[in-house]
Amino acid sequence: MTRTSPSRAAKPAPVLPRSRATVAFALLGVAFAVLAGRALYLQVVDNDFLQQRGAARYSRAIEVAAHRGRILDRFGSPLAISTPVKSLWAFPAQFDATPAQLASLARILATTPQALKKRVASADDFVYLAKEVSPETSERALALGIHGLNDENAYRRYYPGGEVTAHIVGFTGDRDVGQEGMELSQQAWLAGVPGSRRVIVNRRGDAVEDVASIRAPQEGRDLALAIDSRLQYVAYRELKAAVEANKARAGGLVMIDVKTGEILALANMPTYNPNSRERGARDRMRNRALTDVFEPGSTLKPFTIAAALDAGKVRPDTPIDTNGGVMTIGGRTIHDAHREGTLTVEQVIQKSSNIGAARIALQLPATTMWQTLSEAGFGALPRTGFPGEVSGRLRPAKTWKPIEQATISYGHGISVTLVQLARAYTIFATDGELKPITMLKTDGAVAGVPVVKPKTAAEVRHMLEMVTQPGGTAPRAQIAGYRVAGKTGTAHKLQGGVYTDKYVASFVGFAPVSNPRLVVAVMIDEPEASSYYGGDVAAPVFSAVMGGALRMLGVPTDAPVGNVVLPPEDQRVREET
Amino acid sequence: MTRVNLVLLAVLVACALSLITARHQSRKLFVTLERAQAEGRAYDVEYGKLLLEQSTWGMPARVEKIARENLKMQLPDASRIEVVTTGAAR
Repeated sequence: MTRTSPSRAAKPAPVLPRSRATVAFALLGVAFAVLAGRALYLQVVDNDFLQQRGAARYSRAIEVAAHRGRILDRFGSPLAISTPVKSLWAFPAQFDATPAQLASLARILATTPQALKKRVASADDFVYLAKEVSPETSERALALGIHGLNDENAYRRYYPGGEVTAHIVGFTGDRDVGQEGMELSQQAWLAGVPGSRRVIVNRRGDAVEDVASIRAPQEGRDLALAIDSRLQYVAYRELKAAVEANKARAGGLVMIDVKTGEILALANMPTYNPNSRERGARDRMRNRALTDVFEPGSTLKPFTIAAALDAGKVRPDTPIDTNGGVMTIGGRTIHDAHREGTLTVEQVIQKSSNIGAARIALQLPATTMWQTLSEAGFGALPRTGFPGEVSGRLRPAKTWKPIEQATISYGHGISVTLVQLARAYTIFATDGELKPITMLKTDGAVAGVPVVKPKTAAEVRHMLEMVTQPGGTAPRAQIAGYRVAGKTGTAHKLQGGVYTDKYVASFVGFAPVSNPRLVVAVMIDEPEASSYYGGDVAAPVFSAVMGGALRMLGVPTDAPVGNVVLPPEDQRVREET
Repeated sequence: MTRVNLVLLAVLVACALSLITARHQSRKLFVTLERAQAEGRAYDVEYGKLLLEQSTWGMPARVEKIARENLKMQLPDASRIEVVTTGAAR
C-alpha cells in the first residue's frame, strides 16, 4: 500500500479530452446494446427451446398403460385375460456381463450361458434376451446389475379355457392385436389405448403434480360372450370322444338357445391350444362350424316338406308313392336303397326317403322352394359377429333344372355351414320364426322373422319327433325324461366335383319338444369306424350333449323317465344317403 | 400510512406462506394419490392372476376328473333321478 503524496493531490485535475468520454460512452452503449440484443434473442427468438429445456428439469411426459379387456363367458368366468409381463432386451454393443453374471442370468432365465451369448451375438442393434417373462423374473435379472440389460413392459394373453374354447375366442398376435375369433372381430372394443400425461416430478422422481393430460388412456372393455362354459365343456368332451371313436377327420357342434338366439356352445375338432401355438397349425385353427361348407344331405328335407305344407300342396298324411325305390328325372336316376311302397309325408321324413322328398319338391314351383330355403338363412351370412363366416351356396331358382330341384330337396347341390343349419332349425323349434343368432350375451328373448306358418312348424315338429322314435332313423337321439325332435343326415362328400365314398354324418335337433329350449347341430366329417350313418354317429352325440345341457339348465322334463325305446339292432331304419 | 403498509405487508407474507403450504400439501397428496393408483393397478393385475388361477383350478375337465377318479362320483342314470316340481314354480 502506498501513500498518496499530498503534493500530487493538490495539483489541479488535468482536463481530459472530450473525445475520450465519447469513446467510453460509445463502448458502453455498444456493450449495452449487445446485452439488450442477447436478452431479446433469448426472450423472444430462442424462448421456446429454453422453456423446453427448463421444463425438462422438472416435468415429464409419462405413458399411462391401458390393458386389453377380458373376454368372459355368460357367467363372467374368464376366457381370455391379459397379465403384465416383462421382456428383457439389450443393445449387443453395450451388453457387458462378467462370466459370473452371465451364469446367474442364465439360471434366472432357465437357459445356458452359451445360449445367451449366442443370442446377444445374433444381431447388431437390438436383441430380446427373454420375451414375456414374469415381472419377478425380470426384477431378479435386473438386480444382477448387468450393464446394457434393459426391460420393457408388455402384456401376455392367457386363455384359461385352452382348447375347449379356442375356436370361439381366437387369440392375439404381436402387440396384443387380435388375430382370430372374437379377439379379431371385437378388436376395437377390447383394445386398450395407452394414454400419456405431463407431470411435475420432484428430485426423487415421484410425480408431484399433474400438469396436463396429453392423451387420455382408454382402458380395454370386457366382452361377455353368450358361451356357457359348462355346456361348452360338455359339447367339447362329447364331440371329441365321438370324433375319436369314429376315427373321423373332423367334427363340429353348435348349440343355440331357441328363445334368445345366443350361441351357448360351439365346438370344433380338431382343435389347438391358444396358450402355446405351434406353427403350421392353421388347419386346426379353422372354426369349421362357421367357415366350412358341406352338402347337408337329409337334414335339409324338413325345409322341402315345410315349403310344400306351407304352400298347401300336401298334408302330413298325404300318401307319396316312392316308386319302389327308383325314380328317373330328366335322364338321371335317383335311388332309395330301401324299397318302401307308399309313404305318408310324415314317413318320408321319419324314414328319410330321398324319392319321397324329391316327389314332394317337384310339386312345387322352384321359386317357392328357393324362397323357403333362402328365408331359412341358406346362402346368406348368418351374422353371428364372428370373422370369416361364410354364406354357403344356394343357387338362384331360375337356374334350377328339375333334377337339381329334386336333389336340393334332399340336401345335395346346396352347401351350408353347420351354424346355418342349426339356426335354420329354430324355425321348427318356434312357431315358424327364424331367430337371429349371436356370439354375444344378450338379455332376454329376441323376435324372429316368420318363415312358415305356425301350423306348418308344428306339423314338421311332430314329424321330426317321429324320427327319434322307433321306426325313425335316429332312435339313439332319444334322451331320458325329455321329448326330442330332429333329423339325421348322411351325405356323400363331394370332392373335386365327384361324389366319393366318404360321408358327412350329421344330426340337427331340438328339445324338449313341448317347449323347445335348445337347438343342437352335430356334424361328423368322414367317420370311418363302424358306421357312417347320421343316426349312429351324430345322434348319440346330440343325445349326450342335449341331455347334459337340459339337466344343467334345469329345464323341466316333459316325458316319463322310461321314454327311451331302442328298437333291436336288425330293425333299425337306415336312411338314404 | 406506514402502519397500513406494514399491515398489508404482513398479510402479503402470510398469504405467500399459506400458498406455499397449500402447494406443498397438494403435492404430498398428489404423491399419495399416485401411489394409491399404482397400488390399485397392481391389485387389478393380481385380481386378473387370481381369476386365471381360479379358472385353471376350476376347469370343468379337472373337476370332472377329480370327481370321477378321486371321489368316485358318477352321474346317476335317468331311472335314479326324481324330478320334483313345486306347485308354485310352474
